Amino acid sequence: MHIAEGFLPPAHAIAWGVASAPFVVHGVRSLTREVREHPESTLLLGASGAFTFVLSALKLPSVTGSCSHPTGTGLGAILFRPPIMAVLGTITLLFQALLLAHGGLTTLGANVFSMAIAGPWAGYGIYRLLRRYDVPLMVTVFFGAFVADLVTYCVTSVQLALAFPDPSSGFLGALGKFGSIFAVTQIPLAVSEGLLTVLVMRLLVQSSKGELTRLGVLLSGRRNRTETEAVAR
Amino acid sequence: MSRNTKVNVLLLLVVAALAVLPLALGLGDHKEEPFTGADGEAETAITEIEPDYEPWFSPLYEPPSGEIESGLFSLQAALGAGVLAYYFGLRRGRRQGEQRARERDAEGAAGDAESGAGDAESVSGDASEESMAERS
Repeated sequence: MHIAEGFLPPAHAIAWGVASAPFVVHGVRSLTREVREHPESTLLLGASGAFTFVLSALKLPSVTGSCSHPTGTGLGAILFRPPIMAVLGTITLLFQALLLAHGGLTTLGANVFSMAIAGPWAGYGIYRLLRRYDVPLMVTVFFGAFVADLVTYCVTSVQLALAFPDPSSGFLGALGKFGSIFAVTQIPLAVSEGLLTVLVMRLLVQSSKGELTRLGVLLSGRRNRTETEAVAR
Repeated sequence: MSRNTKVNVLLLLVVAALAVLPLALGLGDHKEEPFTGADGEAETAITEIEPDYEPWFSPLYEPPSGEIESGLFSLQAALGAGVLAYYFGLRRGRRQGEQRARERDAEGAAGDAESGAGDAESVSGDASEESMAERS
């Protein structure tokens, strides 16, 4: 659930737009480089974008008695690293803002920042961290997707609390209010997203071993691989 | 059903249960309008905090009814699901094709080897054994 059209004051809308733009530009560059150097990954890129499309169209009921939807950004962040997700997430948000009046053009910058930048980076960070401690792949994938989803909505709550601090209890009061609307609602949905991402990753391990090895998700001789990968980057 | 498929089905069942439980347990009953969107609730919260706030921009296009809106949402989901299904279908097809080609090669090589064994010079047998070795 994104911030609705016109619901951020102009100064905030512009600031978030300015904050997001470099990430998206950098993402477009990474995306074109990836497609140029590895044309065979175009299909998997499309599948990652498609996963975001499906999940962010699924409005699910939650324990708070309201509905929200997952983001689907964790999968692409784990497969292709977060910069590419900045682009795929922005495309999804644009589709929803233009055709569904869901989210909006004036709030696009803020929504891109939460869903296409902060979420993917947080999820990817957790994924890498857990990988380092030799946690089984599917567990790291679950937490990567879970965190990417949940952080998205925590950031949304912070964005709204910054724009609309409570007159009596200030920023923290408003954060509690928006957090209880967005973040708490999101917890079971983030679990669902984690499970669905694990499902897709299991199918990918079955069907696209070569691709996953090239992307460094499946490691043969784990230590060496991570090191060479780190050097390459 | 293989163990793999069982795990996948189990994952889907847990997701379905997570979606159904809030409805089955009536967790929305305390609300005037149960299970509305969190974004709508946030709009209400904003007007509570700042009663004078007026959205300063409205969507360029707004689906004229709930039906059109849900239709467009299903279009979004269908597009995504279509691409995902295409991806996995293509991969599966390719894998099966490769496997069949391998089997055909193996059969051909086995046939050659048999006929080659009868032959004193067994040229073709050697050749196919070599190509087998290369492949493996």
